[in-house]
Amino acid sequence: MSVYATSSASVLLFSSPSTQRKKMSGSSDDIKPVSCTIKPPVHLQIGDTKADAAHSGVCVVDVTLPFGKPVNIKEITFKNYYTAYVTVRLLRRSPGQEAPAKWCTALRDLPLMDNPHTEGGSQDYCSVHRAQMQVEPDHVVSVRLILRQPSSAWLTFSLEDINIFPHVEPNPEKEVSDWLSDLTLVDQHPDLEGLPDPQTVSSSIQQMWALTEVMQTNQTTASIGRYDVDGCYDIKLLSLT
Amino acid sequence: MDEGSELSLTIAHIVQRLKGSHLHSQIERRAKECLHQPDIKLDSLKEDVRSFLKTSGWERQLQNAVYRELQVQLPPSHPAAPPEHLKEPLAYMRAAQAGWEKRVLKSLNSMSTELGVPLARMRPAAEQKELANKWNEMGTDEPDLTSVRPVYAPKDFLEVLVSLRNPNHDSSEDVSVRSHWGLIQVPLNVRDIPQLRRVYSELNLTSGQLGIDDHAHIHPDLFENEYVQIGKKVVMEQDSAAAQQYSRQGCSTGLRADLWALILNSNNQPQDVMHYEQLTAGVIQHDLLVDNLIYKDVKLTASNDDYYFVFEDFLYQVLLCFSRDTAVLEHFRYNSATPPRSFIQGKGGEEECAVVYPPNGVIPFHGFSMYVAPLCFLYNEPSKLYSVFREIYIRYFFRLHSISSSPSGIVSLCLQFERLLQTHLPQLFYHLRQIGAQPLRIAFKWMVRAFSGYLSTDQLLLLWDRILGYDSLEVVAVLAAAVFAFRAENLMEVTSLGSAEAVLADLSTLKVMPLIQIFLFATAI
Repeated sequence: MSVYATSSASVLLFSSPSTQRKKMSGSSDDIKPVSCTIKPPVHLQIGDTKADAAHSGVCVVDVTLPFGKPVNIKEITFKNYYTAYVTVRLLRRSPGQEAPAKWCTALRDLPLMDNPHTEGGSQDYCSVHRAQMQVEPDHVVSVRLILRQPSSAWLTFSLEDINIFPHVEPNPEKEVSDWLSDLTLVDQHPDLEGLPDPQTVSSSIQQMWALTEVMQTNQTTASIGRYDVDGCYDIKLLSLT
Repeated sequence: MDEGSELSLTIAHIVQRLKGSHLHSQIERRAKECLHQPDIKLDSLKEDVRSFLKTSGWERQLQNAVYRELQVQLPPSHPAAPPEHLKEPLAYMRAAQAGWEKRVLKSLNSMSTELGVPLARMRPAAEQKELANKWNEMGTDEPDLTSVRPVYAPKDFLEVLVSLRNPNHDSSEDVSVRSHWGLIQVPLNVRDIPQLRRVYSELNLTSGQLGIDDHAHIHPDLFENEYVQIGKKVVMEQDSAAAQQYSRQGCSTGLRADLWALILNSNNQPQDVMHYEQLTAGVIQHDLLVDNLIYKDVKLTASNDDYYFVFEDFLYQVLLCFSRDTAVLEHFRYNSATPPRSFIQGKGGEEECAVVYPPNGVIPFHGFSMYVAPLCFLYNEPSKLYSVFREIYIRYFFRLHSISSSPSGIVSLCLQFERLLQTHLPQLFYHLRQIGAQPLRIAFKWMVRAFSGYLSTDQLLLLWDRILGYDSLEVVAVLAAAVFAFRAENLMEVTSLGSAEAVLADLSTLKVMPLIQIFLFATAI
């Protein structure tokens, strides 16, 4: 018996909890982005719009959410395309019949590129989580993204694949019914004849179970190292696609 | 993502990668064995086993393994980012790399059809036996290589880099503060001298360096003796991170082999030796066209070099085995390149199986064997030499021949070299440009090989000490600029590309550490 105890103790030592994988925020399996209309970006110019000798460095993208259905935002995700800083402004209408909608700044000048003149971060995927915002992004009717790119090195700048994910309240935990916890074990001594002792059988089965658990959790990422297929590695031409 | 969840994710990734590895099973076995010891008590089981593992050195080995995983791990990325974005975030660079790869594959295909040699074939039994017999002297009897030419040379690759353009970059203005006189026209972020001074602070004028302060006329008690003592302690402690920090000021010749093996965590366990044997079996079994490229490359470069011709046989062994090693494929997670694919007939005859060619996905180019040659001075056992080379390749050298925006990538190194030259030696740069001798055309071949074959070996190893110590190839670009600074006077007098090349043809007398130190810390800004 002591052998089983020590080996199962060491098994437990090295088995890691299966909940290691942290769920990434944002694009989890259940939450779909809200369908919204993204208006074409408007570049702002100083003075006369006809003489556009210089590229604009400020661009405004309006994202309107479905009419009549204000959203509690969990996260805004997008793919950057050479935008240096982004400011997020929200149009919120608090629930109530005659409450007016008000604009507020949720995030000011979030840097997306380390250096506006160079490539770092220029094509990265980003998200803005509600925890980063300065105001609660609830009952939002419209989102305005103000993009800034002060460097004249780039021809255009924008954000692509803008998605807004709604905040979903987690379900309250269901309570276990009282009557389930009232079950008690009844100790029975069945009539055994010629059958092995149930205690030894159950402990050896338990050890086998522990071993299979170890095998399952110890899936190795190491490859076997064979490069041929059943000993055959005759190659005529490389594929160019 | 906040720091806490980033850390948990990193830990989860590392646990996943180390699970089921040989180190994991060894530690488990030791832990089980130690349960028989009398000082392990059941009620404090976890702590007692932990302290046993610590005192017996297993915790240190685990620490080194975790440190290694941290070095090669991808930085935390957005969940929406596809895998190709993790390899290379910039779309135009991915496209350029794909286009370059296609050219190389076409060249390899046409070589195969021209020569009538298949890309890969199984060797007949007699040939296998013959090769096994002369495994240690492959240099004596190589196949006819007159019609084999290297798939590409560094200067072909340079042309591709020069033509790299960001479609969104406004390059309409010819003359401005921002104008760049050099060949590389992509706006990557590279460090300038003030930033380099902060990062490379251990190379300061006031810190001792091997390569400077171990010179004959300086008394060893001033720096060298104590530094070597510290090095011995680091080797005894078997600590990877400490070895990497130590290497920043250089490694002494006697300790360098152990220190590099520590930094790279390549400890030549029995399973590494077995893996090497498996690779040699792969070489004997199948004959690849890539083998001819390797033979040709070794004959053209290392065998002609005064320092390295003695290692010809070693080079064949290591490089041929390297081509068969599928473990190298995992570095394509973070390499912007993609391994070439082909198809072979499967068992059914109808369906085709996709395989990678060569098995390690790396097609050697002219000069590739020079990545291995300097290591032959450090390691004389083939399996150890092999595992150190493989690790150093998948951490650093692959960046020297693939197009990426990484700060250690060849594009960034070229840009950094040109920027340093333009900022600190503008007269020289302008003069060279006027006579049609763009500096990068001369310096590129040095940087692609990390100066192997151009510097004398002891100086080269001092340079590679710093590459390992700082975990970056930037110091190669700094040295290239420092060499130009050193020979600036002569270069100002030349009037053609040919004579500029002649001034810079022989670097074998240069001492690298004084050049780097003066360029970084004694240049007026």
